[in-house]
Amino acid sequence: MRDTATVEPMLDIRNITLRFGGVVAIRDISFDIRQGEIRAIIGPNGAGKSSMLNVINGFYHPQEGEIWFRGKRRGPMRPHEIARQGLARTFQNIALFKGMTTLDNIMTGRMTRMRSSMLEQALWWGRAEREENAHREKVERIIDFLEIQSIRKTPVGRLPYGLQKRVELGRALAAEPELLLLDEPMAGMNVEEKEDMSRFILDVNDEFGTTIALIEHDMGVVMDISDRVVVLDYGRKIGDGTPDEVRNNPDVIDAYLGVSHD
Amino acid sequence: MSIEALNLIEVLINGLMAGVMYALVALGFVLIFKSSGIFNYAQGVMALFAAMTLVGLQTGQVPFAHLLNAITGMHVTHFGWNMPSGLAILLTLGVMVGLAFLVERLVLKHLVNQEPIILFMATIGLAFFLEGFGDLMWTAEIKQLDVGLPGGLSEWFEGASMALADPEAGYWGMYVDKLDVTAAVVAALLVISLTLFSQYTRAGRALRAVADDHQAALSVGISLRFIWVMVWSIAGLVALVAGIMWGSKTGVQTSLSLIALKALPVLMLGGFTSIPGAIVGGLIIGAGEKLFEYFVTSDAFHGLTGFNIDATENWFAYVLALLFLVFRPQGLFGDRIIERV
Repeated sequence: MRDTATVEPMLDIRNITLRFGGVVAIRDISFDIRQGEIRAIIGPNGAGKSSMLNVINGFYHPQEGEIWFRGKRRGPMRPHEIARQGLARTFQNIALFKGMTTLDNIMTGRMTRMRSSMLEQALWWGRAEREENAHREKVERIIDFLEIQSIRKTPVGRLPYGLQKRVELGRALAAEPELLLLDEPMAGMNVEEKEDMSRFILDVNDEFGTTIALIEHDMGVVMDISDRVVVLDYGRKIGDGTPDEVRNNPDVIDAYLGVSHD
Repeated sequence: MSIEALNLIEVLINGLMAGVMYALVALGFVLIFKSSGIFNYAQGVMALFAAMTLVGLQTGQVPFAHLLNAITGMHVTHFGWNMPSGLAILLTLGVMVGLAFLVERLVLKHLVNQEPIILFMATIGLAFFLEGFGDLMWTAEIKQLDVGLPGGLSEWFEGASMALADPEAGYWGMYVDKLDVTAAVVAALLVISLTLFSQYTRAGRALRAVADDHQAALSVGISLRFIWVMVWSIAGLVALVAGIMWGSKTGVQTSLSLIALKALPVLMLGGFTSIPGAIVGGLIIGAGEKLFEYFVTSDAFHGLTGFNIDATENWFAYVLALLFLVFRPQGLFGDRIIERV
């Protein structure tokens, strides 16, 4: 466990409330994500975890509250603009470009990093070609890192689930994000696949210094890899702290075991 | 070679050429459908509008002349210039890009995340609007379109076919229109450049990404708005090319927008999501139509069955498309429809 308490927050979420009509998905939630940490968001089904990620990456716009990113308050932005600020994500139900190959999918992750203009690209002029080659190199390194060389040219729609999850991680990594959001990266995986994925997440955090926020249901994994955990239940925050603190928090135990304290 | 065989080849060639013309229209549909899942009913009208704009610019028509005259009491119809074709084509392309921009701003932007059927209805509205707007802007009369494309009898085909025939058989040679050959070449160039664009450029990759998954595309930093303006601009370019080809062949008139109906069977055959499919589908429909007509109007068929079958080009393509719907609903090249449960 690292001590990240002194590090300033990379993302600060302040009093977010998100409503869909009369339904309150998130109620006045605040927490922060510090530079360089692995932050887990856990909670029972319907707790508002995925909604929270969607607020962070701009798919949803909360009715109340503020989001501060690297010390600046973030105005209302579209998801692609937020992506260009250095935020990448994966999805609970894999959202890959199914008709495209592994390589092409991961190349789309470089989209935010490309500088040559569309016209240069279309005409395949000098700078565009050099740029494309440089990006290919980066992408090949990610492919090596994730050990998916053998499926480089395979359309991802044909890959088994576990590998698709890995390609999706690759696409997010290709953007060289400062903050990486992972929505249930290990859902539906067997033990061995989960171990592989945990290793990749730790390595990404370690080698590239990427800050990671992840939603996960497997408590063993969460307690093993995360620095701090925030617990949501019915759209409220009921716990926040190190894995040990959270594990011993009576509210959290109740939420998971379904006991009511009176 | 016997005259019958040569006649058959002539029918086949002309059928394939007609197919290219259908494919040109179908291409525009495929581009928009593939990237946004919208069936753009207005594609045919866009071709008409592009052709009208081109003629108008070329001949120096005053836009909205009727309206201006009615309001101000003037009698202006022409600026009195003749613009070179190349410049007029470039300006028309600019107008089509402007149209794409407006469509995104005024229509699509407000319908994000709506059901495909809603967007389809919006394009029906767009079709009616654009047809009326085009008439108002450039008047509804039939106009000649001449951008200097070669036309008329192709001597090469005539000579080559005569050389193949028995000199004593009294064969006159094939009739193949040079304009059709030009259209085939242009269509080939268009498809090659579109394919290169979508496979090897960043914008093309972004386009394919959006076609696959909107949310994922947003999450990797692709702006949907930019992509849609781009796609509709490209569809406008394809409409312009189709408008030039069809306009040169049949004159520019309101019925030009009905060529869109001919694109439907082509799409059912080739699949709504495949560019090569649009071409192959067009060729099959064109060739099938002409060959079928050739057979059922032949003396042999009449003698054998006693039937008189007329105007087959009005229905043959649709029947063929219906048969395809029964046996291969996704078309020849379309994506397989598999739902995982």
